[in-house]
Amino acid sequence: MSESSIITNLIGILTTASTLFMVAAGLTLVFGALRLINIAHGSFYMYGAYLATTLAARLGGAGFWVSLVICPLVVAAMGVLVEVLVLRRLYRREHLTQLLATFALLLIFADIALRLWGKSVRSIKAPSALNGHFQFGGAAVPVYDLFVIGVAALVAIGLWALMSRSKLGWRVRAVVDDPEVLAASGTNVPLILTGVFALGAMLAGLSGVVIAPEQAVQPGMDAEIIVAAFIVAVIGGLGSIVGAAIGSLIIGVVETLGAVWTPSWASTFIYALMILVLAIRPWGLFGETER
Amino acid sequence: MTLTVHDIHTYYGRSHVLQGISLEVADGETVALLGRNGAGKTTTMRSVVGLTAPHRGTVELDDTDITGMPTHQIARRGMAFVPSGRRAYASLTVRQNLALSTRGKDSPNAWTLDRVLETFPKLQQLGNRRAGHLSGGEQQMLKLGRALLSAPRILLLDEPTEGLSPAIVADLGRWLAILKKERTTVLITEQNALFALKYADRGYIIEKGLVRHEASAESLRQSTEIQRYLGVAASA
Ligand SMILES: Nc1ncnc2c1ncn2[C@@H]1O[C@H](COP(=O)(O)OP(=O)(O)OP(=O)(O)O)[C@@H](O)[C@H]1O
Ligand SMILES: [Mg+2]
Repeated sequence: MSESSIITNLIGILTTASTLFMVAAGLTLVFGALRLINIAHGSFYMYGAYLATTLAARLGGAGFWVSLVICPLVVAAMGVLVEVLVLRRLYRREHLTQLLATFALLLIFADIALRLWGKSVRSIKAPSALNGHFQFGGAAVPVYDLFVIGVAALVAIGLWALMSRSKLGWRVRAVVDDPEVLAASGTNVPLILTGVFALGAMLAGLSGVVIAPEQAVQPGMDAEIIVAAFIVAVIGGLGSIVGAAIGSLIIGVVETLGAVWTPSWASTFIYALMILVLAIRPWGLFGETER
Repeated sequence: MTLTVHDIHTYYGRSHVLQGISLEVADGETVALLGRNGAGKTTTMRSVVGLTAPHRGTVELDDTDITGMPTHQIARRGMAFVPSGRRAYASLTVRQNLALSTRGKDSPNAWTLDRVLETFPKLQQLGNRRAGHLSGGEQQMLKLGRALLSAPRILLLDEPTEGLSPAIVADLGRWLAILKKERTTVLITEQNALFALKYADRGYIIEKGLVRHEASAESLRQSTEIQRYLGVAASA
């Protein structure tokens, strides 16, 4: 490989890993606190992207930046509604019931999206500041890719600071460890759970906005991303944010290099990798065994 | 703070575990809740703090009805529940565990972090250790420290001596004596009935979810019939 193609591939790996990470981090955070695999997490991603196309169409040039702020918040509000109206009633139920309920939510949200935005492929333009390439080591690196990587890096740092440096983050970890004791020491546990769920939804929505200028915004992107994010979370270990980061990088490597070397086998590699990890470490690379 | 439990009935699913428990802990009093395995001691405490809400009956704190109130609100009124077993936040450090205890409103300021660390010097040394790696005795100190930091107006201790070495049980006794001297209101359950009765003013004996007997700690200590019922070893 030449120097320029190494750089091109490296940027490709990091960009893929970045979008995956933002979605998988939310999925895994929600799993950790709520012990629930939220299939509808993919809907939040899709709605982030669709809402951005609508806002961008109305607002023109500044639309992207407005979307970047507004859409994740709207999606977070959707998350609050979903948690309070539906999931809260299911925490004491079996995993299968919860899984089916969130799957049903995914289908409902997909139907609503179809009514609101139709079947056609939509897209938005990246803002002019993020257009173009710059030359580096003989490769033409898209500025937008660096933007995506930068957003994901900020999300990663933010999550790290929240979970290890703030009392609120400690409370979130305490919910995972022992919700009863946390309640008995004066913390409003249901509020924390709603907050975690909203945060996860917001990250998925953010990721949806960020990919909108680069990828086709269309029906089916919800299911596609949830499968990928789920694989990432399983490989990294459900519940572990570090695991989500490493898992995203692994998938980024396999997808990018797979596409270069053996395009038709790339996705097979990913599934094979997941099966391998599950066989050797069923709780994932960074996960902890179920209590 | 006075706790008044009136005729509570609590179920786990279909099984009717508490069948009408009534008891009272007056302000500044230490009360022991005794009974054999499975009698319903833990369930009584869980019902009081709202973790397993009773279906019938009332729980009052001072003159407020707290039946059916969410657990965190009961906690903020000044009730600290110290459950049995390894219930520290395992993935957090000792210091972080302590930081998460919130002071109830109107609670006295008697237990500052400094005082808690002075009382349990071990917690100071273990500050950055993950709580999941602590021994049973260390976890017990952490649970107690956490509860005291919330400056409780009433403390519910479920089986505090469970799994502790005799030396640590002796320490625990000294802490209970301090609490008693400061007139902290305490409800305590124990397998080790003689230990609890040493610090209690009064005791209730429950059996199959009902109060069977109530008496002063003094008379419970002396009744060989009660001791035989509870299976207390004479040496304890
Ligand atoms: N989560 C639960 N689900 C169903 N039944 C339960 C549950 N917890 C306790 N029980 C039953 O309720 C009854 C009372 O249990 P509880 O734990 O209150 O007793 P206890 O007096 O604290 O006993 P121990 O001395 O063993 O701690 C027992 O018969 C027990 O089997
Ligand atoms: Mg018990």
